Amino acid sequence: MVDLRKEQQVINMVEWIERPFILGAEDVFYLVMMAFFVALPCSQLGAFLVLRRMSLVGDAISHSVLPGIVVAFLFTEDLSSPWLLVGASGAGLLVTFMIEMIHSKTRVKQDAAIGIAFTSLFAIGVILVSVYASKVHIDADCVVYGKLVSILDHDSVTMLGYDVPKPLVTSAIVAILTMLTVIVCYRILLLSSFDPGMAASIGYRPRIVHYALMAVLSMVVVTSFQAVGAILVIALLIIPAASAYLCSHRLKVMLLLSGVHALISSVMGLYLYVWMDCSFAAAMVVAGSILFLFAWFFGPADGIIIKAFHRRSISLGND
Amino acid sequence: MDYDFTTLASFTINQKAFLATIILGVASGLLGAFVVVRRIALVGDALSHAVLPGVVLGFVMCHMLGIDKNPWVIFSCAVSIGLLGAGMVRAIESTTRLKSDAALGIVLASFFGVGLAMQSGLKDYIDNRAGISTYIYGNAAMISDADLAAMFWTTFVLVVVVWLLIRPLLVVSFDSGFAVGLGYPVKWLNFIFYTLLTFSVVVSMQAVGVILVSALLITPAATAYLLTDRLYRMMLYAVGFAVASGLLGCYVSLTIDSADVPTGPLIALTAAILFGLVYLMAPQHGVISKSLKVFRRKQRINRENTLKAIYKMLENEGFAHDGVGLRDLAEVRKRSIEEVKLDVQRLRKSKEASFDDAKSGIYLTPSGWRRAVEIVRNHRLWELYLTNQADYDADHVHDDAEKIEHVIGASTVRQLERDLDFPVLDPHGKPIPSVSQTMAQQSDGGSQKGATGY
Repeated sequence: MVDLRKEQQVINMVEWIERPFILGAEDVFYLVMMAFFVALPCSQLGAFLVLRRMSLVGDAISHSVLPGIVVAFLFTEDLSSPWLLVGASGAGLLVTFMIEMIHSKTRVKQDAAIGIAFTSLFAIGVILVSVYASKVHIDADCVVYGKLVSILDHDSVTMLGYDVPKPLVTSAIVAILTMLTVIVCYRILLLSSFDPGMAASIGYRPRIVHYALMAVLSMVVVTSFQAVGAILVIALLIIPAASAYLCSHRLKVMLLLSGVHALISSVMGLYLYVWMDCSFAAAMVVAGSILFLFAWFFGPADGIIIKAFHRRSISLGND
Repeated sequence: MDYDFTTLASFTINQKAFLATIILGVASGLLGAFVVVRRIALVGDALSHAVLPGVVLGFVMCHMLGIDKNPWVIFSCAVSIGLLGAGMVRAIESTTRLKSDAALGIVLASFFGVGLAMQSGLKDYIDNRAGISTYIYGNAAMISDADLAAMFWTTFVLVVVVWLLIRPLLVVSFDSGFAVGLGYPVKWLNFIFYTLLTFSVVVSMQAVGVILVSALLITPAATAYLLTDRLYRMMLYAVGFAVASGLLGCYVSLTIDSADVPTGPLIALTAAILFGLVYLMAPQHGVISKSLKVFRRKQRINRENTLKAIYKMLENEGFAHDGVGLRDLAEVRKRSIEEVKLDVQRLRKSKEASFDDAKSGIYLTPSGWRRAVEIVRNHRLWELYLTNQADYDADHVHDDAEKIEHVIGASTVRQLERDLDFPVLDPHGKPIPSVSQTMAQQSDGGSQKGATGY
């Protein structure tokens, strides 16, 4: 990789915009696509988390998949093995179950139960990582920052004459599968998110829907783990969905806007990464947060300005 | 107020690490108790992530000012950014439709992302890189004398403020509407509370790391919550558990060979194990004692139902026999012979019935008789109460009485007797038996008016 900071700083608009392409047009494209394919499935599932008021369960799961990944890795010694998905969804279901066991069996409330469950599993994960540091190729830094850029060092598959990095192919498959799942199960998810009672009466068992969503979520989280680490996943889950929520009252539009948010923050993230020479994953989150601020102020459905405008027109009408 | 730092120099690194964990145990235990009872456990989690940009800013400020890593600069930056985060959560909640979980998630994630971007992007402005990763991963052995002094004084201020404001804080935590009514400045109290919370988060960060701070805040306090109903005691226990898990975790981290295991996860894990133990074993709120209680109650109700069935069978025959047959009882209880045999064995164990193998007959002992009469009496009194006083139909009262007969106490029964004017017959025309009568008297001609249950 080119050391960008040693490049002479030229305050020139075109140069700033062209700067990422120092990496090479193909690599730039791969990085953006990788970021997008990681962010897209997260944003779609995140929409349902926000609607179900379970954002922090998503946070809990994203931390807790760590021990699942490490244990599966110790057995398979292959970071791209499908067993990692199994391990991670096992850990994801375990944390969901732990939360349930703590707050339904004792007087400890759900928020504290979430805190207890995910911190203990995350602690186990970090301990495993550091004990088996020589064996596991996940270091503590990867857990925190993710290693999105490292996809360029991976083996590649030749597709249509291009050498596409392997992780990009995996993420693309996961993204497409998640999208298909959301489209196929759209009605179930819609109904059980807005009216669980009605959904149950039609025969969509709420517990099964709940656990299934958690399992899919854990799988998506684990595929994004390598790219963005265990902690920043929560940003990819919540921020696009929350921003879209402020822009529309319709679920379909919200899902679409979450996807758009994922795309824009991938591109913006790349620029921030190149300009600031910081971690790509963190740059993506910063970009996403800036977009959220925009939605917060200018969102057509629930933005501060539109609401102030409504209030003003109401008071004018009263005069 | 002059603390002698030279004494710190005489401590070894390990002793300092232990000292640090004691201090942070006190800070997070105290605040954790409030956090758990206020049900804002995840605010702690959000705050701990949100202070990261503040920490990085602190390091950058130190670089700009041309000084060494100064804990006070870092501390004040971290606290201000933490409060900014708490304010953002409030702002998102109050100006949009997003609920608190999403607001917390947004602040947690975006602040943490900004912090990481700053940390990786401003490498040139951070002199002490190892120092900053101590904040992220947590390492008690890396804490310097100056850090320790800062932690000590912060915790000292925190304890004093909590001690001075304990009553208002308590009222605000449990019932903020009531606090408004009392004339407390609730907004200020909440501001002070969040400031203190940020203090405790920043204090524990160096030893436990950004992500696991919430473990030390939530887990010990939740453990304490299972052991007591009083807030003061809960605070004390929470501090105890937090200090204990800090010391144990720190001890393990310092003794095991692979020195790479950071302290934070070990402390968090110890706290979780302690919680697990209490979760199972707590005398009142523990899972084992709770399920034991449920099991015992089920057993008692089953015994009482068997006694009641025997009584009713005797009553149907006009108390002509002193015992009932096993087969008949099985039929009445709608159970298999084996199950009923087990039931009878339990009654024999509690000395409420005896069993004659030769005639396969079951006989009530005096105490068994009394209990049977009590249950039937409770049942029929309740049925009468529901029909007479609560205007229920006579055919709707049985199921309710089936449940209540096992739980109403002596004083309620007394009250029922008085309210119903010492009745003799239940709504279905069956006699309400009196406990003072023996079986023989019962068969003689039922109870006289005015007989009480005891």
